[in-house]
This record gives sequence, C-alpha cells and structure tokens, in this order.
Amino acid sequence: MTVSYRQPARPQGAPATPGARRRGWSDQRAERVLGALAVTVLVFIVGMVIFVFANAWPSFRENGLAWFADPPGDLTVDQQIFDIFNSPAREEFWEYGLNTWPLLWGTFLSTAGAVVFGVVFAVLAAVFIVEFAPPAVNKVLEPVVRLLAAVPSVIYGLIGILVLVPLVDRVLVTDAIKDSVAGVLTIDGSSLLVAVVILTVMISPIMIAIIVDALRGIPRAWTEGAAALGANRWRVMWTVSLRASRPAIIAAVVLASARAIGEAIMLSMVAGSSGFAPNPLDGFLFFLEPIRPYAATIVDNREGLTVAPFGDTIYAFAAVLLVSALFLSLAGWAAKQPLKRYGVQV
Amino acid sequence: MAAARLGRTSGRGESASWPLVDRIALGLCWAAGLALCLTAAAIILYMMFQGLQQLSISLLFERPGEGSAGAGQGGLLDPIVGTVIVAAIGTAIALPLGLAIAVWLSEYARPFWLARSVESGVEMVAGTPSVVLAIFGLLVFTTEPFAFLSLKVNPEVEPLGRSFVTSGTMMSLIALPLVVGASREALQAIPRTVREASYALGKTKAATIRRVLVPASRRGIATGGVLGLGRIVGDTAIIVILLGATTRLTPTLKGESPYGFLSGPMDFLSGVPLIGPLVETLRGNGGTLTSSVFENSPAGEGNAAGKAYAAAFILLLLVVLLNYAVDLIARGRKERTWTPT
Repeated sequence: MTVSYRQPARPQGAPATPGARRRGWSDQRAERVLGALAVTVLVFIVGMVIFVFANAWPSFRENGLAWFADPPGDLTVDQQIFDIFNSPAREEFWEYGLNTWPLLWGTFLSTAGAVVFGVVFAVLAAVFIVEFAPPAVNKVLEPVVRLLAAVPSVIYGLIGILVLVPLVDRVLVTDAIKDSVAGVLTIDGSSLLVAVVILTVMISPIMIAIIVDALRGIPRAWTEGAAALGANRWRVMWTVSLRASRPAIIAAVVLASARAIGEAIMLSMVAGSSGFAPNPLDGFLFFLEPIRPYAATIVDNREGLTVAPFGDTIYAFAAVLLVSALFLSLAGWAAKQPLKRYGVQV
Repeated sequence: MAAARLGRTSGRGESASWPLVDRIALGLCWAAGLALCLTAAAIILYMMFQGLQQLSISLLFERPGEGSAGAGQGGLLDPIVGTVIVAAIGTAIALPLGLAIAVWLSEYARPFWLARSVESGVEMVAGTPSVVLAIFGLLVFTTEPFAFLSLKVNPEVEPLGRSFVTSGTMMSLIALPLVVGASREALQAIPRTVREASYALGKTKAATIRRVLVPASRRGIATGGVLGLGRIVGDTAIIVILLGATTRLTPTLKGESPYGFLSGPMDFLSGVPLIGPLVETLRGNGGTLTSSVFENSPAGEGNAAGKAYAAAFILLLLVVLLNYAVDLIARGRKERTWTPT
C-alpha cells in the first residue's frame, strides 16, 4: 500500500506558524522554483536545437539532398567551402553550393573504425577485469580505466601530432607512396590510421566501464549454474555473462559513437584536415589518406562564423551532429530497456 | 567485487585443460588488460618525461609573450588563471542548477511528461558535442540581449560574443548532466524510511529536502561536481571558439584595453578599482591550458612544442588530481550505509 506523505495544505486564512518565513520555503514555493529552473534549462536546450536548425536551413534548402552527395566534377568540398567563404556581400549572390560526401565519409570511417576496434578490445578487457585479472592487477586497472577516460582530448591530440604522426610518416610512408599521389594529396602521416588509433584509445575506457558494470550485475546463480554444468570460466563469460549483457554492449557502442562523432579538436589535429574521401580500393594507401570529419571542420573554420552564408554552412554541420546525437541518445535509451528487467543499472 | 567471481577450484594451472580456442580467448583477455595498462603507462610517463623537462617556477608565474610575435615565449600564468576562471564560472552555474534539477526530478517530477522531457533534454545535452554547444553559444551571445556579457570592437557592429562569462556559461552545460546524474543517483539511494521519518517529525517536504536529503547526498553531489569540473577543465572546443584562445587575458586594465572603451549597462563599473578590471577581464577574451596546448602545437599558430608539453603536463596533473578527489569522495561514501528497518 502506498501512502502519500504530501503535507496537507494550510487551511485558507489560517495564520502561518510564527517564524515560518525563517524556517525556509513552503512546499509549493520550493516545487515551483525548482520546476522553473528545470524548465529554464529545458527551454534553453530546445532553443538550442531550434536555433541551430534555423541557421542551418539555408544551406540545406539550397542544396537539397545533394548536400550529402559527392562534389561534381573536379570540384572538391574544400574548394566549395572556400567559395562560400568568399561569396559576394550582396544577399542575392550568396554562394551556398556544397556537397559534403567526403566529410560524411570521413566521419563515418573514423567513428566506425574506432568503435569496431574499440568494442572488441573493450569486451576482452572487461572480461579480464571482471573474471581473470589477479586482484593486484585489478587495483591498478580500475583507476587506469577512469584516468584514460578523463584525459582531455587535446592531450591525445598532442601525442598524436607530435609522436604518432611523425612515426607513421617515417615508418609507413615511403617516397614511392608520396610520389604516387604527388599533386593530388599530401601524405604526411596525419591520416585515417592515426585518427582511428587515437580515437580507439579515447573511447575504449567508456565502453569498458559500462560493460564491466553490466558483467558484474549478472546474477551469480546464472554463472554458477553454468560452471556447475561444466563450463570453464571463459565459457561461462562467453555463453552466459556476455550474452546477457548484450544490451549493455550496445549501449556502450552507442555512447562511444556519440563521443567519436563529436570529437573535434583531436581529429582536427591528427586527421590531416583535408576534405578528402579515402578510397578503400587504394589498398594500403587507404589508411594513410587524410580525412576531416564534420566536427573537425567546424573547428577548422571557426574564424568565419559570423559571415552569413559561411556561418549558415557551418551551422549545417552542427545540425547534422545534433541530429546524430539525438538519434544515438534514442538508440541508447532503447538499448538500455531490456537491461532494466535484470535490474542492471547502466 | 572478487566475490562475484566463480570459485577457482583447480588453482593456477586450471586453463591447461581448456580447449585451445578458450585458451586463445584467455590469452586475448590478458593481452587486452596488459595493453590497457601499457597505454596508460606510456601516456603518463611520456607526458611526465616531456613535461618535467619544461617545467620551472618561472613558467608557472610568468605571463606569456604578447601578440603573435611573443607566441611560444614566456610562461603559462594567463592560461592557468584562465582555466581557473572558466572552471569557477562553469561549476558555479552547473552545481546549483544541476542540484535543483536533480531534486526536482527525484522529489517532485510533476507533471510526468514535463519530468520526462527535462530528463531527455539533459540526456541530450550529455550527447551533444561541445563544438555544437560552442557555436550555439556564439549564436546566442552575439545577440543584443546578451551583448553586455562580452566586449564590442566598436559600438556599431554586433558584440563579439567571446568572453569568459559566455564560455563559462556554455561550459556549465557540459558539466550539468554529470551533476544531475550523480546527485539524482545519491538522492534515490536514500531509502523511503528516511523521508518518512522526517515527515513524521513534522517537517515539510521542502524542509526535508533541505535538512535531510541534500545533506545526506552531499558526497554524490560532490562527485558530480568534481566530474563536471574535470570535463570543464579538459574541454578545448568551447575555449577555442567561444573564448578566442588568445595567449593573454585581454584586456586587463581599462587603459590597456585593445578595444578602448566599455559598452552597455556595465560602463559605470569600469571606474571602480579592482571590480572594474575584474569585470572587464571576465568580459574579455583569454585562453586556458587546453587552448594553449592546442595553439602551441603544430596544429595551432605558436608551434612551440615545449610549451605545449608543459601546458599538457599541468593539465594532466590537474586531471589526475581531480580523479583522485573523486576516489576520495567515493571511498568515504562506502562507509555510509542506510540500515534497513
């Protein structure tokens, strides 16, 4: 039986208790003030979505679905962005033509690459932490995971641009490779490869933390039952624990994708900052080609935000990021639902 | 949590009898765990190696060189002060606001649909990239109603929109979901009986929240606050876009202001000693440790790797300390158990 503990309202006209004012707020007032604060934040968030979309609209309106297409002919997306930046001051001559397939492809490649490698790594590491690691190792591992998750992206970017990029340039990029693309591309080590490697390191800790939580939430009876049936410890994890935590793994993937899609600073430092769409048919060269995802494009073009057609274009990139964040948070919510049945908190 | 593991009946050599595939999987698990440790060790040792070479007392207390000519020269005083200012503004907004939302969501949450929307809204902010928040901030703070928060280059054009106040405000949004999440979790962990006991003593709901629930969830709130602080300290996109990422705090004094004058409803403050310069600094541009890493790296304009390493080292130290603080808070929390009735 549930009982409501809400205070009965003071009868109309009854005098307030002496000193009531000093003792703090009345219930109604507290509820109203707290609710108002919550609504203010909500309004701000809704306003953000509307504002960004309103500003992005001209770019989408002018280009239609071709906004997501490959630039026609010899035109590159960087050239188009340059033209938009330099478009005439008079409104009727504003340049909006933009086809962002290379940026979309770059965003997809870096995110998908990092998430695919990251999820395999995170599952193995989580199983290790939960089941196999000696207690002494675990004492080190748990703070390590939290630290790796907390390291600012600009530090990852710094290590990437000062250590990994020169390393890749020295070891993997031969003169023959440089000559083969001379005049079309500069291959200098800042590449899809470095971007994916660092992004994987950045997003794995988030996934590990979520998967570890889920694995620990698996009812003990299930794992013991499997062990009693003769499964060894790895088999118990693989056939029972991991299978039951599939929703958590999906939730982890979703959260990690959100982080990877929104990563701007690190990618603008190490990914080459060139609106180029790496071609998988190029073989090994594919991994050494530069990319520039949407988020990094915003950072790289931060100077021109107040110029109208150019600003609108940048807000269109932001709108795409917002939509994907919205979809991912929906997907994450949906993925978490089955977990609630087991009482697992994610 | 070792108790949740399966018993080890066969001791050390137990995996010897496993099928080959399982043994390979076990080996991969070990490899993943070790790779994790090695990555972290490599990052920390490398940053220490590079950072300690650069670090000196003068680096911490000297101002950076002026203008583009001075990029890469001097110390890191301005970025450090900038980090403190942004973190202070961001936390000062996020902590009370986040707590208010958490309390409302966990104690009132009426009407239901509104509570659900606020919840989803906060969740959405958590998933929004900080670049998007940054350029949205630029959009909002260049409009007239918010003009007083930043300086104008001259009275006719629209305001710059870039200042400590504006970037601190947007920073509070990235800390907000963490504060809300941690506070809410702590509030919900308090058993019903505690609330009922308070009501039975004649306390109103508001008084119960203030005197019982919030004090009891102090540690959760503090955890959220510190986590949020860590995110604010580490964010670069908002600084680069919304603070201007200059090497020095500008302007410092009215006379030295590159903009020459103040504008808007806060003019009268400029003559007041101490407060005038402070207000002007808060409305001016600047940089933080993250932006000085970015700007001094080959990706930025300074191209002074040593400086970037030094700033990154201080930043990493700060993050490690904040992490440790979260640990300390969490350790204390474990001692507190609500005795079941």
